[in-house]
This record gives sequence, structure tokens and C-alpha cells, in this order.
Amino acid sequence: MTYDALRHFADSWGLLAMALLFLTFIGWTFLPAARRSHQRAAHSILEDEEMIDG
Amino acid sequence: MEDEVTLKAGLWLFAGIGAIFMAAMAADGPFAVHMTIVFCAAVLTAFVTMRGVSDTVRSAGAASTDQRYYDDVIRWGVLATVFWGVVGFLVGIVIAAQLSFPLLNLSSEFTTFGRLRPLHTSAVIFAFGGNALIATSFYVVQRTCRARLAFPGLARFVFWGYQLFIVLAATGYVMGVTEGREYAEPEWYVDIWLTIVWVSYLAVFVGTIVRRSEPHIYVANWFYLGFIVTVAMLHLVNNLSLPVSWVGSKSYSLFSGVQDALTQWWYGHNAVGFFLTAGFLGMMYYFVPKQAERPIYSYRLSILHFWSLIFLYIWAGPHHLHYTALPDWAQTLGMVFSVMLWMPSWGGMINGLMTLNGAWDKIRTDPIIRMMVFALAFYGMSTFEGPMMSIKSVNSLSHYTNWTIGHVHSGALGWNGMITFGAIYYMVPRLWGRERLYSLRMVNWHFWCATLGIVLYASAMWVAGITQGLMWREYGDDGYLVYSFAEVVAAMHPYYVIRVTGGLLYFAGAIFMVWNVWMTIAGKRRAEAPMSAPAFNPALDRPTPRAAAAAAAAE
Repeated sequence: MTYDALRHFADSWGLLAMALLFLTFIGWTFLPAARRSHQRAAHSILEDEEMIDG
Repeated sequence: MEDEVTLKAGLWLFAGIGAIFMAAMAADGPFAVHMTIVFCAAVLTAFVTMRGVSDTVRSAGAASTDQRYYDDVIRWGVLATVFWGVVGFLVGIVIAAQLSFPLLNLSSEFTTFGRLRPLHTSAVIFAFGGNALIATSFYVVQRTCRARLAFPGLARFVFWGYQLFIVLAATGYVMGVTEGREYAEPEWYVDIWLTIVWVSYLAVFVGTIVRRSEPHIYVANWFYLGFIVTVAMLHLVNNLSLPVSWVGSKSYSLFSGVQDALTQWWYGHNAVGFFLTAGFLGMMYYFVPKQAERPIYSYRLSILHFWSLIFLYIWAGPHHLHYTALPDWAQTLGMVFSVMLWMPSWGGMINGLMTLNGAWDKIRTDPIIRMMVFALAFYGMSTFEGPMMSIKSVNSLSHYTNWTIGHVHSGALGWNGMITFGAIYYMVPRLWGRERLYSLRMVNWHFWCATLGIVLYASAMWVAGITQGLMWREYGDDGYLVYSFAEVVAAMHPYYVIRVTGGLLYFAGAIFMVWNVWMTIAGKRRAEAPMSAPAFNPALDRPTPRAAAAAAAAE
């Protein structure tokens, strides 16, 4: 693959693929089911005090 | 079991003998010194490993340790963070003083600014910051996954291997061993060693996540994992080089010209983006909610923050090469992605700050929270300043001036330093089983020393940088530059002296931390007035007399 071809691939299909991947990853968090699991995850670190290894 | 320990010790001894042979055949002095250090480290490890034989006999009847988190290596990491922090800050003060008073270069090649400067940057970024990241990541991954650290032996290797990397890098700089690549100065053999340590680190971290008993992987771990994986990739690509001799300390990059420059700044900027940002955000997303005792403001925003940072940061490097031989489109690409980064960065800052929503009084009453909030404020400030400086027209004024140094230090001292101090103050009483810190007031003194130090440092460097940039580009009516280079250097002197003062204040704060951590571990508690007292006025704390009440009603 030449530099020129790679460069044109990068700013067309490559860019599109990256953008779609990004939108998928963040779109996931906007699903209605996500709210409850986010709530649970955010509180998970506060649930019970960690054990201390003496 | 004993056979296994003996075999391990034998292998370390064998490695040590190999190192001493390398030292004997060395092509240059510094390589011989380094191989001697490796020999000492390997023999010491063999000795310590052999002592494990008696340990296995002793602990044969002990109960299963699965019920407890593995915290030994975290305790060592906290101590190493504090130690390297003090060393790194001190070297920073020395080189700042050298810039103010060149006499302090001491006319020796070993103590010149050029050799001590990478010692300072590596000591604060990789030794102080790196140890803080390794220690906190092991702390956080166990607590959020509710699982014991995978492969404790490998975790010990990661810790000590990383210290060996630091020692080799630091001694190398003083002896003049360098690849001349900013933040990637260590030579080829040190790079190979770091690769081995880093892959082990990844194995311990991922191994713990795999063994988790919590179904969801908490977002702090996403940031830590993003940091570990990306730094591995950056390190491997940027250090592709060919040694001149297999027993010598000099190598040459496989890239040349502008490709080499771009590779270096792709690495350099993402060292900031993933080492100093993503990793420390992992710290932020765990320790801020824990210290505030409130869940993160928006978990969804934290995931948006993560993916936006990952997708955008990796393209921002070319802004270090504005107006160079780098193709114009690549410079513009770097600039545009840097400006876009502003949004996720501020999203993250808002997320951290708003975690305190409804509990803002904690900033007044809890100096640890105050440190964390200050860190977030500086995260926001430097992630605004950075995109602004990446704009080509701004960069033409700011590049190569002290403004850049000011920007880096507002991020490093304000964001990385303060969030690390907050995390250390959070962890120390818990790791050593103490009821509380030795002194909360001392945390407050640390906070104010550090804050004043940063303010002096950053404001001096802003003024110095803009002065410098304007003086360099000043043309007279005759079409010649108005100022000679030496005149600009002389104009910097007062700002350099202010910077030393700022550095000394920041260092004084760190000394308070050493004292506080030391006494906390020793189990002492300072007799002191609490940070806040309940509001109470005994004169008003009584019923209103009947006569007065009647008079008031009559009016």
C-alpha cells in the first residue's frame, strides 16, 4: 500500500469507521436500560467498607 | 515448593552472572556501570528469594489468604511515591536555581542543567507519578472488583522491576546516556526492561479484573486499563531503535527526519494524555467519590468522558510540531483534535466537581477534599490552556517559550500532584490500619504551601513566556530583530527567581506530607483543634423570659 492510498483511506473510510465506532460506544450509555445499571455501578464503590490487610 | 523457590533464586543468580559478564565486555563505561547495578539487583533478588524457603515452611499451616486484599505492594508503592516525589521536587528546585544562577552548574559535566533536567522530569513523571499510578491502580482494582490481586508474586516483581528501571534511567542521565527523546530518554536496554515490567503490570491488572466478583467493571478501571495499554503501545513504537553494540549504551532510532519527530511527539503528547491524564483520572473517579462519600455525579458522563478522551487524544501530538517540516494538514489535524479535547476534559472536570453537589461545605471542613477539588480545577484550567496553545497563531507566540513550562507545571503540580496527595492521604490510614491521619491541619498547611507555590510558579512563567515570545518577534523599522538572544535571557532573570520561590513553597508542602505520613504510620496522633467546630452560642441557648415575650407581642 502506498503512502498516498493509506492517507486517502485514513480520511475517508477510516474516519467513518472510527466515527461509527465512537457513536456506538457512547450511544450504548443512552439506552433506557442503562440508567439502572449506571445507578448501580456508581453506588457499587460505596456499598461496604473494604477489608484492611493488617 | 522449596525446589521451586531454589530454581527461581538460581535463575536470578544466573541473570546476575550474565550481567557481570556484560559489564566485563562493555563497549563503554556507563554500560558497565549499569550492568553492575543489574548484577547487584539480581543477586539481591536471588538472596531474598532464597529466604522464601523458610517463609513457605512457616506459613504452611496458615489460613487461606483469599479473604484479604493483597496490600503489601501498595504500601511499598505509597512510600516510593512519597520518596521519589521529594527527590523529583528537589532536583526541580536545583535546575530552576541553575537557570537563575548559572554558577550552580558547578562546572562539572555530571551536574549541568542538560543532564539534571531529564532527571527532574523522569523523577516526577515516572518515579513519583508512575509509583502513584501503580499503587493506586492495585488499590482501586481490588476494591472495585472485590477480588484479591491476581499473581501477588508478579505484582512484587512489577514494583521492584519498576524501581530498577527508575534507578537505571536516573543514573544514565547523569552519566550522559540518553536517546535525546523527551520523556523517552532511557536507552534501548532500559526500554526492554521496562517493556517486561509493563507487560507484567498488565497481566496483574487484567488478571484481577478477570477474577472480579462484581459484575460491572467500575469506570476507574477503564481509565487505568486505557493508560496501561496505550503506554505499552507508545513505548514500543517510539523506542524502535538499533543499538550500535549489544554491549554498549548507544542506539539510533529506526525512523529518520520528520517521521522521527512525529513519532516522538505522538508518543510525547500521549504520555501526557494517557500517563498523566487517563491514569490520574482513574484515581479521580475512585478517590473523589470515596472521600466525598457520594457517588459520581453522572456515571454516563464518565463513560462519555472515557471514550471521547480515548478517541481524540491520540491525534493531538502534531501540535508540538507547528511551523516545522511536518505537512501542513498534519499540523492542522493536531490542532483541531486538541481543540476538540477541551470538551471531554471539561465534562470530566464538571463530573468530578459536581460529585460534591449538596456537600459543598466539605471543601471548608475537609482539606483532603479541598486538595481534590483544587486538582480538578487545575485539570480544567490546563485542559483549557492546552487547546488554546495548540492553535497555530497562539502557538507562534507561545512555542519554545516559558509559557509552555508554565502550562506543563500548572497541570503537573496542580492536577497530578494534588490528586496524588489527596489519594495518599486517603490511603495511608487505611493501609496501615490507623484510625485517622496524624494531623488534618498539617494537610491544610500542605494545601496552602502547594497552592501558593503553584500560583507563583505559573504566573511567573506566563509573564516570562509572553515577554520572551514578544521580544523574540520584535522587528525594528530597519527590518532587523530588536533584541539579541542574550538580552531576552537577561530579561527572564526575575521570573526565574520567582519560580525558584514557588518551587520551594511546593517542596515545603511535600515535607509536611512526609512528616504526616511518617507519624501516621508510626501510629501517632497530633493533639490539635478540629478543623471545624459546631456553631453554638451559649448566651442564646435558653428560653425567652416570659416578660420579654409579652412585651414583644404587645409591640
